[in-house]
Amino acid sequence: MKEELLVTARDNALIDPGLQIWTWEVAMYLFLGGLTAGIMIFAALATVRNKDQEAPFTTARLALLAPIVLSLGMTTLFMDLEHKLFVYRFYTSFHITSPMSWGAWILIIIYPVSVLQILSTLRTGYSFLAEFVDRLTIGRLILDWCERYRREIALTVIPFAVVLGIYTGILLSAFSARPFWNNGVLGILFLISGMSTAAALVVLMARQHSEKELFTRIDLVLILAEIGLVALALISLASGSAQHLEALESVMGGSYTIPFWVLFVGIGLLIPLLLETLEILGVNKSLAMLAPVLVLIGGYALRQVVLDAGQESTWTNYDTQYSSEVLQRIHRSD
Amino acid sequence: MTRFAMVIDTKTCIGCGDCVVACKTENNVPEGLNRDWVVEATSGTYPDLKTEFRSERCNHCSNPTCVTLCPTGASHLWNDTNIVLVEPEKCTGCKACIAACPYDARLVMHPDGYIDKCTFCHHRVEKGLDPACVSTCPTGCMYFGSIDDPHSEVSHLLKTREYKVLNPETGNEPNVYYLI
Repeated sequence: MKEELLVTARDNALIDPGLQIWTWEVAMYLFLGGLTAGIMIFAALATVRNKDQEAPFTTARLALLAPIVLSLGMTTLFMDLEHKLFVYRFYTSFHITSPMSWGAWILIIIYPVSVLQILSTLRTGYSFLAEFVDRLTIGRLILDWCERYRREIALTVIPFAVVLGIYTGILLSAFSARPFWNNGVLGILFLISGMSTAAALVVLMARQHSEKELFTRIDLVLILAEIGLVALALISLASGSAQHLEALESVMGGSYTIPFWVLFVGIGLLIPLLLETLEILGVNKSLAMLAPVLVLIGGYALRQVVLDAGQESTWTNYDTQYSSEVLQRIHRSD
Repeated sequence: MTRFAMVIDTKTCIGCGDCVVACKTENNVPEGLNRDWVVEATSGTYPDLKTEFRSERCNHCSNPTCVTLCPTGASHLWNDTNIVLVEPEKCTGCKACIAACPYDARLVMHPDGYIDKCTFCHHRVEKGLDPACVSTCPTGCMYFGSIDDPHSEVSHLLKTREYKVLNPETGNEPNVYYLI
């Protein structure tokens, strides 16, 4: 036998009995950050590839959602901070070894980039907003400039948006102390998932049939890629050391098995894959709106499951841990 | 860089928990939180059982992942040593360092919200004193000093006794040693 008891009480908040430092606020941010990246990438790609006719919503209107979605995400992220008054400290330094520091700066840089992207299509996409800007001479000049360099702005947006989409995954994978996260695939997986959720959003919001169809096809490819990446992530854990195998166990029979396989893989990937395939083949169009909703749910489920299972995975496992419940029961019997 | 190490003799530790009480008193650790803790590890098959007591805390690693992953530099090394401290005025409470610690040795200091941890009592070390836990230990099983100094007591113990560190495979190079 091997038994490890904590002789002195240890019931540190958020750490014992298992790490629970980050909850839905962070998962929501990871989801919304990925969605923002996807929105900006597709809006830029549609411009670069001249999809004005085929995909008018994506080309001219989608980009406006980016700062709105990102601001929601940054709000939930701020809600998670324990020492909120000192949030400005992210911007008084840059730490090259900390992906979170990179992320903090990327979030600030992405706003002006996003504004340029919005302005470059404002007259076509939101004429009533453009009217306000056009009333001022400087506003008119800016809009003219952005429109003229629309393509160049779109090309600039892409690398920034890709970094935004990928860094959240790299952030988690950089934690060598959490075997479930410590996996290089995570960055690409989060980027592809973010793009998939953005494609789903376009399918939900676009009016034109050709655009819905185009993005259903795009989403289908992205879902297939995501399934491949999930498989790689699992293979990587399965071929790892004891800590990785233990971390894998949490989704292979452990407490996150059902959220992972049912909510993320089943509802978030496989059912939309089936529905979208049927739709493209023209077999069943009655459930056309269901697939993108499920993709969005799946995108959130991925972040939440990875976040939770990762925190639980650890190097330090006491075989028997001190239980605060036991102590409370003793107190009550006094 | 001066490397400070704590050496704890598991053969003479009796698991009394005085180190924990000393720490809480010295550092005003809020109720319900602990910067150090004592583990009683029993192994074997009855009646051939073996018990080991370990007083555990932050390992003040030579390769501290909590410092490399901190986004603001709040987690830092004190005065070119391996002593890892947190500057509350720079800490946003993002909790990255808690996730980054393979020993789960960091905690959120309530209600202020910055991150708190064992400091190796650097305010005592500065004056040439041992950390509170070491100086309190009634069996004298805890030792503290520089392992870069070949003549220090800790260096001597590590040269002459069998020892281990916790989870060396993390690559963090912990500096709390257990004599076994």
